[in-house]
Amino acid sequence: MGKLNVLRHELVPEHHLVKKEDEDKVLKELNIAKDLLPKISRNDPAVKALEDIHGPLEEGRIIRIVRKSPTAGFSIYYRAISGEIFK
Amino acid sequence: MTTGISKRIYRIQFGLLAPEEVRKMSQVKVITADTYDDDGYPIERGLMDLHMGVIEPGLKCTTCGGKVDECPGHFGHIELAMPVVHVGFIKEVKTFLDSTCKSCGRIKLTDDEIKTYRERMSAYNLSSSDPEVIGIMSKKMTDEAGQRMVCPHCDTQQSKIILDKPTTFREEGIKVTPKEIRERLERIPDDDLVFFGFNHEVARPEWMILTVLPVPPINVRPSITLETGERSEDDLTHKLVDIIRISQRLRESRDNGSPQLIIEDLWDLLQFHVTTYFDNQTAGIPPARHRSGRALKTLVQRLKGKEGRFRSNLSGKRVNFSARTVISPEPFLSINEVGVPEKAARELTVPVIVNIFNLDSVRELVARGPEPRDEFDKYLAGVNYIIRPDGRRVKISTQNAAENAERVEVGWTVERQLNEGDIVLFNRQPSLHRMSMMGHTVRILSGQTFRFNLAVCTPYNADFDGDEMNLHILQKEEARAEARIIMKVQEQIMSPRFGGPIIGGIHDHITSMFLLTHGNPRFTEEETIHIMSYIDVDSLPEPHSENGRKYYHGRDIFSTILPDGLNTKFSSKLCSGAKEKCEYEDDPADKEVFIVDGKMRHGTIDESAIGPFSGEIINKIYRKYGAVETSRFIDRMTRLAVGLISLRGFTTGIMDYDIPENAVSRIEEISLDAIDRINKLIDTYKKGQLQPAPGRSVEETLEIEILSVTGIARDESGKIASSYLGLSNPSVIMARSGARAKMLNISEVAGMVGQQSVRGGRLNRGFYGRTLPHFQIGDIGAEARGFVKSSYKSGLNPLEYFMHSIGGREGLVDTAVRTSRSGYMQRRLINAFEDLKVDEKKQVQDTVGAVIQFKYGEDGVDPTRSENGETVDVDYLAFDTELEVEE
Ligand SMILES: [Mg+2]
Ligand SMILES: [Zn+2]
Ligand SMILES: [Zn+2]
Repeated sequence: MGKLNVLRHELVPEHHLVKKEDEDKVLKELNIAKDLLPKISRNDPAVKALEDIHGPLEEGRIIRIVRKSPTAGFSIYYRAISGEIFK
Repeated sequence: MTTGISKRIYRIQFGLLAPEEVRKMSQVKVITADTYDDDGYPIERGLMDLHMGVIEPGLKCTTCGGKVDECPGHFGHIELAMPVVHVGFIKEVKTFLDSTCKSCGRIKLTDDEIKTYRERMSAYNLSSSDPEVIGIMSKKMTDEAGQRMVCPHCDTQQSKIILDKPTTFREEGIKVTPKEIRERLERIPDDDLVFFGFNHEVARPEWMILTVLPVPPINVRPSITLETGERSEDDLTHKLVDIIRISQRLRESRDNGSPQLIIEDLWDLLQFHVTTYFDNQTAGIPPARHRSGRALKTLVQRLKGKEGRFRSNLSGKRVNFSARTVISPEPFLSINEVGVPEKAARELTVPVIVNIFNLDSVRELVARGPEPRDEFDKYLAGVNYIIRPDGRRVKISTQNAAENAERVEVGWTVERQLNEGDIVLFNRQPSLHRMSMMGHTVRILSGQTFRFNLAVCTPYNADFDGDEMNLHILQKEEARAEARIIMKVQEQIMSPRFGGPIIGGIHDHITSMFLLTHGNPRFTEEETIHIMSYIDVDSLPEPHSENGRKYYHGRDIFSTILPDGLNTKFSSKLCSGAKEKCEYEDDPADKEVFIVDGKMRHGTIDESAIGPFSGEIINKIYRKYGAVETSRFIDRMTRLAVGLISLRGFTTGIMDYDIPENAVSRIEEISLDAIDRINKLIDTYKKGQLQPAPGRSVEETLEIEILSVTGIARDESGKIASSYLGLSNPSVIMARSGARAKMLNISEVAGMVGQQSVRGGRLNRGFYGRTLPHFQIGDIGAEARGFVKSSYKSGLNPLEYFMHSIGGREGLVDTAVRTSRSGYMQRRLINAFEDLKVDEKKQVQDTVGAVIQFKYGEDGVDPTRSENGETVDVDYLAFDTELEVEE
């Protein structure tokens, strides 16, 4: 049995790594500084799953999350990887 | 007053207060326990020494020279005769004693361990890292050191230290005095403190043993003078008196060589007083009490809990310009209005700033004095105070009004009494949602109560069994503008909870609209004029005539309050109450409401049309015409309702539940039959022949079967009872229209009350194996387990009454438990959400600007403007457009 990929689970929304060169564009679009983005722990299973694809991700990389929404169809959310370990 | 940010807090350093620091910040060493001398003058070096501040007008602070309101207060100190433990640090002291050597004071870790741990700790900066992370690491290391029974540094054998709560330490049964503890803590080298998470520069462990106690400024513990002239000291002062007294006695006993036993007793007493000075609810010791027996409120009690500084004085404050009184109903007020008693209106004021444009009118206003009335003796707003530009207030009396009116100039402020049309905030606690505080315009009324339209009971969750409500008078133009635009009742008709109206007709309104429209009754011209005189109309609806007599249709009368162009179609709830096939199922004329261009074609108006939560007509009017038109509809609908129901009359009584003799006996039969069937089920069970339902035990199956038998019995008897109670019966009208009660309640009164339950099962607790001692142990029959075969009308026998009370109590307990639980949950949510805001781009942010949601609710939809949570009601739009095109 292979390793479980949490991103494949139907209850986990899509997680995409934002390319480094696209980060400024995203932040500009949101009109926000990077440290004001919602955080995601580098220990988060979704981040670990992304690391399996992209190799180790350093602090501050941005992840785009696409969530299904009954009213809006889908909604886009961004989170920056944080070194802090959340409980 | 400065506005804006003058300084930003960069960081906060927490540390322990060193005895030297206490002495340094102290302005006076307090040595006597006395407060005032015989002349009432503060005794020098006493607890009220003038060095610590002043509370009496006339005196000056010795330290800063300030008068009462100028001096901020200054600390003093008490030198304790012997050291005592600080209760707040007991846990830390225990850790230090456990983990360090009793002889050399080093942490009981080997040099190697110290080296590795020091390396690990050096990655963290003690003052900037997460205290929780440091705490976890420190706990691991100190636990390890605490386990070691021989010191790795000096090989001294260690012994276990036991904490005898709250403040006594024992080593092998022998008490370790605070003095010894302090000596041990002093021996711990600075270098070893990192492992405890201590920064030696700001916190030495021996400072947790008190040798000197700071005395808070007098401003913190002011004494109050009673009417009798007697002085009453603050609880903290009382406690400090105790501390000084005992400390003095202890010092004397020690110095003149009293027996050790006496000294120890005094020392313990000093420890008790210092402990209770900090926290008078310390577990393990009795709280210190006042002479009257009241427990003293000391430092911790001042801060903690609902009545503490934080929740009572910082998160919530008392306000001026507010009033509270009992509420009562007034159907002739608009939903946007609130009736204010004259007495309250005379006390509540609005500040008017005088400028060149209003100078003349304000002077006229002031000249009226504080109690003006017009020529019909009707209330007129007067003026209570005028405020000069320097802030001085002048009280206006009837005598000085004219004279003061002349003095008023541009730039002065005049406190005008409440006037009709002023916007105010009206509130009922608990304020669970935003509709608990709404803007109303004032109507001045005689009487002693606040009054409002009954349609507003729902959002406030108010009734008139003695409820009181609060009124707040807005003091600034911005506040009044906000209240008018966003807080006014008409702006709150739609609930953000479910995207539908939360304001609508209740009880009599619904009954009355039902009577007006159900079966489209006829009203004579006289009746019609009476009913319609309650609302503002220019003309009567289209008359009909029969045998030369003019008459009007109820639905036409109702149509007069509907806005032109309103189209809607929905089912009334007429059939939803009926279990079986409803007599109106196939009668669209009564069941299906159909309104075209503001004319009601057919249907029955009931709760689903005009009620709160469901009101379809209110909903549709709001969507199409907005708040003003909707509030006008509700105002006119409620008045029309009162007009009809007060003409027709409407009442119910016990006679309404009379059913024929044979129906009573049929219900009797049903109950006997049910008991019979229950007995048979029990028989089968006892014989072991009962087949368990899938996934259930035999016992569970039996209970389920019995419950279904009792349920059927109640339904059957209800059906029989209600078959004799038709829509001519007032109670049935109320139940079927949704005005009040359910058909179930009617069948409980006329038919049978039925099985009582606790937690969804039959009653089974109370005595050993039975509910009451009247029953055999193990009796699981119908009566023994709470089957009530009587009806409320026939009356319950004592056993049934008892069973019914058990069932009734569950509801009471549930509500009691639910309110406290949900209150706490709500508090936590509010604290978490209170400073989030939604910006122009619908982004949700906290105060720092950190994003919580990129789009409010992920879809940017305001639930208030949604259709039951959905963005649009496509079906209705299609229907409405089609009708509009047709026209
Ligand atoms: Mg009440
Ligand atoms: Zn002072
Ligand atoms: Zn040692």
